[in-house]
Amino acid sequence: MALKKHTDRTYDAELEELRSKLLTLGGKVEAEIAQSVRALSDRDSKLAEQVVGSDREVNRLELEVDESCRRLLALRQPAASDLRFITTALKIVVDLERIGDLAVNIAERAIDLNQSPPLRPVHDLTRLAQLCQSQVRKALDSFVDADVDKAQAVIKDDDLLDALYHNLFNELLALMMEDPRNIRRANSLLFVAKHLERLGDHATNVAEMVVYMVRGTDVRHPHSRETTGQP
Amino acid sequence: MIRSAARPKVEVQDLNAWFRGVHALRGVTLTVPANTVLAIIGPSGCGKSTFVRCINRMHELVPGAHQSGHILVDGQDLHARGVDPVDLRRRVGMVFQRANPFPTMSILDNVVAGLKLNGIRGNHAEIAEKSLHQAALWDEVKDRLQTSALSLSGGQQQRLCIARALAIGPEVLLMDEPASALDPIATAKIEELIRELREQLTIVIVTHNMQQAARVSDATAFFYMGELVEHGPTEQIFTNPKESRTEDYVTGKFG
Amino acid sequence: MSSRMRRRAVNAAMTILCALGLLIALVPLVSVLWLVISKGVRGLSLDFFTQLPTPVGEAGGGVGNAILGSLYIVGIASAIGVPLGVGAGVYLAERGGGRAGDAIRFTAEVLSGVPSIIVGIVAYGLVVLPMRRFSALAGGVALAVLMVPTLARSTEELVRLVPRHLREASLALGVPEWRTSLRVVLRTALGGILTAVLLAVARASGETAPLLFTSLNNQYWNWRSDQPTASLTVQIYNYAVSPYQDWHDKAWSAALVLLLVVGALSLVARFLARSRFGAQR
Repeated sequence: MALKKHTDRTYDAELEELRSKLLTLGGKVEAEIAQSVRALSDRDSKLAEQVVGSDREVNRLELEVDESCRRLLALRQPAASDLRFITTALKIVVDLERIGDLAVNIAERAIDLNQSPPLRPVHDLTRLAQLCQSQVRKALDSFVDADVDKAQAVIKDDDLLDALYHNLFNELLALMMEDPRNIRRANSLLFVAKHLERLGDHATNVAEMVVYMVRGTDVRHPHSRETTGQP
Repeated sequence: MIRSAARPKVEVQDLNAWFRGVHALRGVTLTVPANTVLAIIGPSGCGKSTFVRCINRMHELVPGAHQSGHILVDGQDLHARGVDPVDLRRRVGMVFQRANPFPTMSILDNVVAGLKLNGIRGNHAEIAEKSLHQAALWDEVKDRLQTSALSLSGGQQQRLCIARALAIGPEVLLMDEPASALDPIATAKIEELIRELREQLTIVIVTHNMQQAARVSDATAFFYMGELVEHGPTEQIFTNPKESRTEDYVTGKFG
Repeated sequence: MSSRMRRRAVNAAMTILCALGLLIALVPLVSVLWLVISKGVRGLSLDFFTQLPTPVGEAGGGVGNAILGSLYIVGIASAIGVPLGVGAGVYLAERGGGRAGDAIRFTAEVLSGVPSIIVGIVAYGLVVLPMRRFSALAGGVALAVLMVPTLARSTEELVRLVPRHLREASLALGVPEWRTSLRVVLRTALGGILTAVLLAVARASGETAPLLFTSLNNQYWNWRSDQPTASLTVQIYNYAVSPYQDWHDKAWSAALVLLLVVGALSLVARFLARSRFGAQR
């Protein structure tokens, strides 16, 4: 982030406040993911219920961030890096909030699954969960540190995540075909996997916006771009 | 709008300017394509006004002023032998910060003052009407062309000055903070005018209002302490400038 | 007493003092007017304005030739002095920086302080002697020398008052500098300059001493510039220092005429200063 301060110190403070709100939000959704994954693996329904409850806080923060951004746009006419920061904030808050929602969905699935005896352990699911958590963490770190390299690592690893998901999908499908009694539980796990995969996509979105915020170049949808000369 | 690959309308090459011992411009080089608007921004005393005044050679009128480097309009060096500064100023017009209509003349006489004072013949009434239309002032004054120019409001007076400058038929129009003394509505009218005039002229506008520069110009040049720090498409300067000094100025981190 | 009451008391006292000062200052002005009008109005008649002076003792007659002569001499003076004075003023304002400008300004200051009788003597030496005669021309020259310094200073001030941005506007239109000075700057200052000219003319009309050695006087009509010419001021002087009562009366009447002429000129000057011609708004 820029080291120089704005001549208007209040403006500086407002931007800082926005940043810290985003970071708080990021921290909360990170915690939600961790908790919901643990609730699943440790069969802890109480933890899962906690996750569901904490989502209210996340939604509140999303509203606050939107409000701050609108205010800054209207009153400050931000330019250059400030403009990129604020528009990035507007976009990633949506992704972060969705990540939170997905964590809640996973927690709800966990509650449901914990009422039945466990299926045999599915390795890939654990790996997928770990990878998603690390993607979200890395994406948030890249935002905090304005680190383009970290962000680009996240973007690259999304392919890995998709591959893992596909493997997991096939594995769970096999489980279902093996024994019809597995279908209900395997189906729930499939949903969990889907949520995790979506979670990873949102993390990638955050990383792409970080690249724009730092570099000023929009790296999204590379295959859909017209040749306008934009990289 | 098709931009031809022809020569730019205005080319500035390594321009240096001094007055009263102050080195006001340092090695400025830039080009302005035809039919575009260039905005010049920068903090006070950075050389913006000096720069535009070099383009119509009014800088020379300041005591102790001199300059080096080249300025070309349509490929012709402004300081070449045989170039008459007086002639040049009919091709490169100028509008100032404070509206300055001639107080002893009527609105009509003001518009054609450039023609009358230079003894240029022609259908003055027709030219006046055309210029006033171009300056978006005709409807407001068509019924009182003979009244004193000072009876108009500030914004109208400034548009009158623009009409006066346009009446001589310049190809380039220099504007030195034309709206800084006007209220927001009058400013908006002038900005709209600039956008329309772009089709017939090439415009260079000096402004200390960054949002104005962002609104009206195709390209922006940032000056600081006599140096041209950065020059690029307006959108780029305001979303992703290359130089840190430009970034600092545009985001309000200066001073 | 309370400070508010004290303030009011001081305010009232000062107002009274100022009013008193005004009254005292008005006394000489009013008394002059009163004397001249009361003593001069009796002799005013159409004849007075149109007839030649009659010899002593004869009733009637007038100062027709003196009125005409004054107009003539002041006319010559203006023809010489106004272009010179205004021109010098414009030059000083537009290009008057540096040594030459300072020298001219200094000269003008010195000249404006020279007693008018000295100017008359100088004109005597410069014009009357070579021409070997008294003349209206010599009188005009003397008055012109008196007009030029003040006109130059006033014009310079007035031209300087024209805002720089008007000059810039004209130059930016591709108007050469000399034409800008003439048709824009001068035209804007014209109202003020006209006022200054009228005041200078009014002042010149009232001079006596310089005319004593230059245009002398004349009891007859005179249309030639190389002959002595009558003027109101000299005529008044002659009448006043004579030992004859009826000439004294005529002097009062002539004085009243002079007062009227000068007064009229000043009024016109003031009117012009306020009218549309004026540069300031």
